[in-house]
Amino acid sequence: MSDTMHAAHGTGATGTVPPAIELRGIDKRFGAVHANNSIDLKVEKGTIHGIVGENGAGKSTLMSILYGFYQADAGTIHVDGKLCDIKGSEDAIAVGIGMVHQHFMLVETFSVLENVILGVEGGAVLREGVDKAREELRRLEREYSLDIDPDAVVGELSVGLQQRVEILKALYRGAEILILDEPTGVLTPQEADHLFRILETLKQQGKTVVLITHKLREIMAATDNVSVMRQGEMVAHRHTAETSPQELSELMVGRKVLLRLEKGEANPRDTILQVENLCVETTTGVRKVKNASFYVRAGEIVGIAGVSGNGQSELLEALGGIRSVSEGRVILNGQDVTPGRGVGPAELRQRGVAHVPEDRHRMAMVTAFSAEEAAILGYQDDKAYQKGSLLDWGKIADATRHMMDEFDVRPADPHLKAANFSGGNQQKLVLAREIMRDPDLLLVGQPTRGVDIGAIEFIHKRIVAMRDAGKAVLLVSVELDEIMSLSDRILVMCDGYIIGEVNAADANERVLGLMMAGVDPKQAEAEAGK
Amino acid sequence: MDNFQMVVLLLDATMRTSTPLILAALAGMFSERAGTINLALEGMMLGGAFSAACVAYYTDSHWLGLGAAVLTTIALSLLHGFACITHKGNQVVSGMAINILMSGLTALVGIALFSQGGKTPALDHEARFQPITLPGADAVANVPVLGSLYSELLSGHNILVYVAFLAVPASWWVLYRTRFGLRLRAVGENPGAVDTAGISVVAMRYRSVLCSGFLVGISGAYLSTAQGASFLSDMTAGKGYIALAAMVFGKWRPFPAMFACILFGFLDAAATRLQGVSVPGIGEVPVQLVQALPYILTVILLAGFIGRAVAPKSLGRPYVKER
Repeated sequence: MSDTMHAAHGTGATGTVPPAIELRGIDKRFGAVHANNSIDLKVEKGTIHGIVGENGAGKSTLMSILYGFYQADAGTIHVDGKLCDIKGSEDAIAVGIGMVHQHFMLVETFSVLENVILGVEGGAVLREGVDKAREELRRLEREYSLDIDPDAVVGELSVGLQQRVEILKALYRGAEILILDEPTGVLTPQEADHLFRILETLKQQGKTVVLITHKLREIMAATDNVSVMRQGEMVAHRHTAETSPQELSELMVGRKVLLRLEKGEANPRDTILQVENLCVETTTGVRKVKNASFYVRAGEIVGIAGVSGNGQSELLEALGGIRSVSEGRVILNGQDVTPGRGVGPAELRQRGVAHVPEDRHRMAMVTAFSAEEAAILGYQDDKAYQKGSLLDWGKIADATRHMMDEFDVRPADPHLKAANFSGGNQQKLVLAREIMRDPDLLLVGQPTRGVDIGAIEFIHKRIVAMRDAGKAVLLVSVELDEIMSLSDRILVMCDGYIIGEVNAADANERVLGLMMAGVDPKQAEAEAGK
Repeated sequence: MDNFQMVVLLLDATMRTSTPLILAALAGMFSERAGTINLALEGMMLGGAFSAACVAYYTDSHWLGLGAAVLTTIALSLLHGFACITHKGNQVVSGMAINILMSGLTALVGIALFSQGGKTPALDHEARFQPITLPGADAVANVPVLGSLYSELLSGHNILVYVAFLAVPASWWVLYRTRFGLRLRAVGENPGAVDTAGISVVAMRYRSVLCSGFLVGISGAYLSTAQGASFLSDMTAGKGYIALAAMVFGKWRPFPAMFACILFGFLDAAATRLQGVSVPGIGEVPVQLVQALPYILTVILLAGFIGRAVAPKSLGRPYVKER
């Protein structure tokens, strides 16, 4: 099942240096799910080793076993050639393994220093250890140019800096092997570049880095070796220099996929949605959207790019009628439908706005419902679903089956609990519910978050099909690749402002990245040109 | 009696009424800072008061009474921990269950043992905590202002009052200056961070409820063997809840919580003194209104005057590893 590559690797490796990590026959089941099926893996000392795979391929489970978060059902772990029995995180730390989790394991109300010493305080009274820790922290911080103030409160740091605190935590504990789980998901391209520079420094200092990601671009740019996982199995090991993104994605999915979406020219017509000076505030009075003005025409996809948390979510929710607007106007097909003043989600739906919210589990569906219940959420008052004043479950099941056929939702069982579908199939069902009402305007947030590659392709095609059918589409996504491949025009948001507009055909990642970080568009182009 | 004397007496009473609140508020803080809501303070206090009164009555020793109270509340806090930490149960439900259980159980056992309608027999001198005269208090009693403040206000309380007020800086030191405190606060904010740092979340949370049980036990013993001279059924009368409110009012921090307790204690003391007194300009204040003041204040303060109280982030959430 796996073709190996370990024979004689590395410049300095003479064959006598044992691998930093060697996993043999790791097996783990969660109930019926076989998350890790007899996994073998060797990570050479002093290299950056990538592990790629789709969501649910078992990468995170494997690393959690290595870090002692879970116990393997079978298999052995060798670190530096020695057999290790890792029962908990403290065992992993003891053999020099550090981990940067996807969701940071930080205490936001603590200072950087307090976070770093948690668990290795060096004495029952804090003062004894703190001074020494501060000195050590300064040294590490200089050595790896992490640029962090030890006394800053972690909750007030940017996501990129918080991640560096995690790295600092691992280094402070004397980690020789650093595991990073999807480290760039929350970073701007510039922050991600900085991270990769840090990882390169770590490697030069002789540390070993394991990088888990589903982004092939990062694997190609940053790693020495790469292992591919698919559905709980390790399917291939490659030297990064000897492979290509196409080969890796085929290995990940098990068949050929189109990486770039093929779509024709947009053919925009009348303006469907006009937004004028829109401001949105949270319930605590924090202004999240500031003076946003833009339009979306029939037959085009407008993408909103931005680092998560810069107001895109609030903008989308306001347009969907979930949040009220504090200032400004929203005009749909020439009529004022500004949400909040008597206009809510139900009215917007009736007027032809379909909304696929960003957070599938919290807003788009009730996971405890059956698929058919989930498939009529928001449209439950529709006469077509009713018999007198009761719901007509026969018709609802038929309608759900029709949606499932049309959008290839598997398994096509309307009675199955929504929670039991995979992320991709849940999302397809939500999209089916919204798109098949034939709306004039589709608002869609993070359409492929937590969705496997096969389903991503399908979902992208359906969104483009909406556009080609002459509908207006507003897309919010933190995946820059997704924005760039789907959109016809791209708006960039930073700190609540729409900072600029870029024509998708002229867009490049570097300019968008700088704009996402708040750099003025003209300046961004000039800087990117350097 | 001149006005100064009256104020001193009022503050003197405030110290006595705020003592059980301070101990219980600190108890709540230890538990909640680590992520476990402790609504059971009321029931634990009641259980502690009852055990203290019973044991002190049979043994004629207030110290044995105190020991019994602490053992009782520690046992109850372990029960609360077993439900909330080990079995990840609903913390509010567990707390309320303990409150209801203790309200009934103390009355039942009380009637069975003493047949006095739920009361325990009045305690003798030796079975109660007696006032302590601080060194030099009598000598300076006649010095104007400062002397009488020292001898009237600071001196002449029983030891548990001093314990309560000293427990505040001690708790602060433990929470903010020790390894134990750092871990305890971390486990209430992000237990995942504690787990990945190689520390047991379950053990930390159990230790925090043990601290909680220890402190609230002292406040129970105070009610029946120091402030009072016997156990009366439901004698806590909501003090556990008020302590909890004071803790929230103090944003889960020792000193602000203490000041909140003193404020509530002051209202309580004032209520007693204002009964039947004619306030200039208002006339005679109805007793019920004065007695209701602490509760009204709690509602008003919690409803908005404290600003945004930032609770420990994972308060009320049992720790479950992902998946």
